[in-house]
Amino acid sequence: MQLSVNCDLPEPLAMSLMDLRRGDAAILDGIDLPTDDARRLMELGFLPGTQITAGRSAPGGDPQVFQVDGSEIALRRETAKRMTVRRKKTAKLDPSSRA
Amino acid sequence: MSGCSDCSSCNSATVVEFPGSRSALKTVAVIGPPNSGKTTLFNRLTGLHQKVANFPGVTVEQHTGIAALPDGRTVQLIDLPGVYSLLPRSEDEQVAHDVLNGLRADTAKPEAVLLVLDSTNMARHLMLAAPILALGLPTLVILNMADDLRNRGGRVDLEKLSAELGAPVALISARRGQGVDQVFDFLAGAMSKPLPRELPILQDVPKCRQWAGHVGSQAAYRAPAPPKWTRRLDSVFLHPIAGPLLFLVVVVGIFQAIFTVAVPSQVAVDWLIQHSGNWVASVLPEGLFKSLVIEGVWKGVGSVVVFLPQILLLFLFIGILEDSGYLARAALIADRTMAKVGLQGKSFIPLLSAHACAVPAIMSTRTIENKRDRIATILIAPFMTCSARLPVYLLIIGAFIPNRPLLGRFLSSGAAAMLGLYLLGFLMAVLTARVLKSSILKSGRTPFLLEMPSYRWPTLTSLGLRLLDRGKVFLVRAGTIILLVSVLLWGALHLPYTNGHAPEIANSVAGTIGRTIEPVIRPLGFNWKIGIGLISAVFSRETIIATLGTIYGMDKESPGLQAAIHHDLTMGGAVALLVFFAFAMQCVSTIAVVRRETGGWKWPILQFSYMTVVAYLGAFAAFHLIR
Repeated sequence: MQLSVNCDLPEPLAMSLMDLRRGDAAILDGIDLPTDDARRLMELGFLPGTQITAGRSAPGGDPQVFQVDGSEIALRRETAKRMTVRRKKTAKLDPSSRA
Repeated sequence: MSGCSDCSSCNSATVVEFPGSRSALKTVAVIGPPNSGKTTLFNRLTGLHQKVANFPGVTVEQHTGIAALPDGRTVQLIDLPGVYSLLPRSEDEQVAHDVLNGLRADTAKPEAVLLVLDSTNMARHLMLAAPILALGLPTLVILNMADDLRNRGGRVDLEKLSAELGAPVALISARRGQGVDQVFDFLAGAMSKPLPRELPILQDVPKCRQWAGHVGSQAAYRAPAPPKWTRRLDSVFLHPIAGPLLFLVVVVGIFQAIFTVAVPSQVAVDWLIQHSGNWVASVLPEGLFKSLVIEGVWKGVGSVVVFLPQILLLFLFIGILEDSGYLARAALIADRTMAKVGLQGKSFIPLLSAHACAVPAIMSTRTIENKRDRIATILIAPFMTCSARLPVYLLIIGAFIPNRPLLGRFLSSGAAAMLGLYLLGFLMAVLTARVLKSSILKSGRTPFLLEMPSYRWPTLTSLGLRLLDRGKVFLVRAGTIILLVSVLLWGALHLPYTNGHAPEIANSVAGTIGRTIEPVIRPLGFNWKIGIGLISAVFSRETIIATLGTIYGMDKESPGLQAAIHHDLTMGGAVALLVFFAFAMQCVSTIAVVRRETGGWKWPILQFSYMTVVAYLGAFAAFHLIR
């Protein structure tokens, strides 16, 4: 999955969690943090391949709440920007959601 | 999925032997991730039969309690810290890991485990089941918050889940008490080792999550709908404008309450202490012993017990904030401001309450999971202008700073001086935090994670037990270490006893010490009398007023004391004294509470030395600049 090249859109190569606006959903690709920190995030549900939805935030947008694996976790910008995501296929392209 | 690759304990004997009713208590550990309602269940099971202590050498608190089974037997429960895994990385995880593996000499190895998971978030919480079941101890898997699960349309097949995990499963609501009898049944019944169908490789988080998801789907787990009310409330509490405004309302409300509502109750406790003291005085025969009991024990311990109403009030508020789920939102809103000095959102409430009293503030740092942030918060909290400094400030400012209007009716010079002292303490706290967080307490790059729990109504039982718990911790301290220091200080002020009379304060041990340290404090503009005052203020800051009153033979309320101090201090010396009080850690209670909360003498000694040096240098600078 990660090896496939996305040539649909000229989107920036790496998008991070920080780029999500409230209500946006995306799939987590990777965590660019030391192993122990990445583990801790994974234990909270931030596993590669998981869907993450951006939620509300503190005034100024930092830290921001993310809905992941049934819970809501707030992360600071400095952490969120080290977590790469790819956009979820939008709903209109997904035939199952229409039925 | 991998097989049972990590479960070496499977090879050991499968029969678990319990000591018969004749011998020691059966010990059972309670464990679960944070926000799983583990402590609520622990409270349900043990009620008032709880003991709080620190695990020796670490900051982790050890709650043990006795659960009385319906058949009359009792079981000892250990409430372990909330953890997501058993890999020993943080102090909490280390303690949980060590206790469960019987590696702590101070704690008996548990014979069984109560694993508490949030049923509304079962798939993720089940990840902790893997390492727990791998221990091979008899385990009851408790799915808590059954009421939430049902109300939000979730469900789970308990029999299938139990078959997958190879361990009994109970769906309960610890808050409402539903299903708790199943836990008692487990504790009372014959426990057998868990026989899970399979376990993942514990070190591999994605594998563990996959396993948990698989177990969940085998058990026909349907996750509940998102919490509607939590989303609605967050649209207000985390609103870009309403959110910060409500935050301010909450913060100012708590601050006001601690300051103003607590005063009458404090007066009442003070009255009680005084009158009980008078009664004891009337019963005891005149002499050394009476003086020790009244002047030493009663006044010393009383000066600390007086803070009890404030402490209980603060913990009532913090309990409501934490149990309702708002504390996480408040921490979120405050985080950015606190991050500027290297701290985090959860440090805000403790630092705010330190303006009333550092003791409950330091006790409340418990909500900060990150140990380095917690220690940093503990270390800077006593710089905040607490209420015990106020009488001292009022006395000195009243004596030295003529009350002239500065800004019309709005600000007098006295009030400005007071504000300046608040600011001085605050700035020193900020500076210290920066220094600490960029040196010995550097958090590294550990990411800041804050789980937002769903909003819930706090229950009276939980709040009541919390208050009882904190009150007990505080009073036990007042009865031990503070009692000891009180007696020592009494000795310094009242000995040597000659011809049945206490010496003049100048000739007492304290007086001798005061004169001995005079060369040291002379550069600050203080003489030996102020020196005695400073020594007695180690007790608690406001004691200096009573001591100076005694030394000068004045009633502490009369303007005579102000005049007398005026006679002994120059303007520079007075400012130096104010600065000294703003920075010094003159409070036995705070030292004792820091020792307790940090689990040793290292931090309180460091803190006391640091604050004394800062106070000395600050006072020295003030005296020489103003003169």
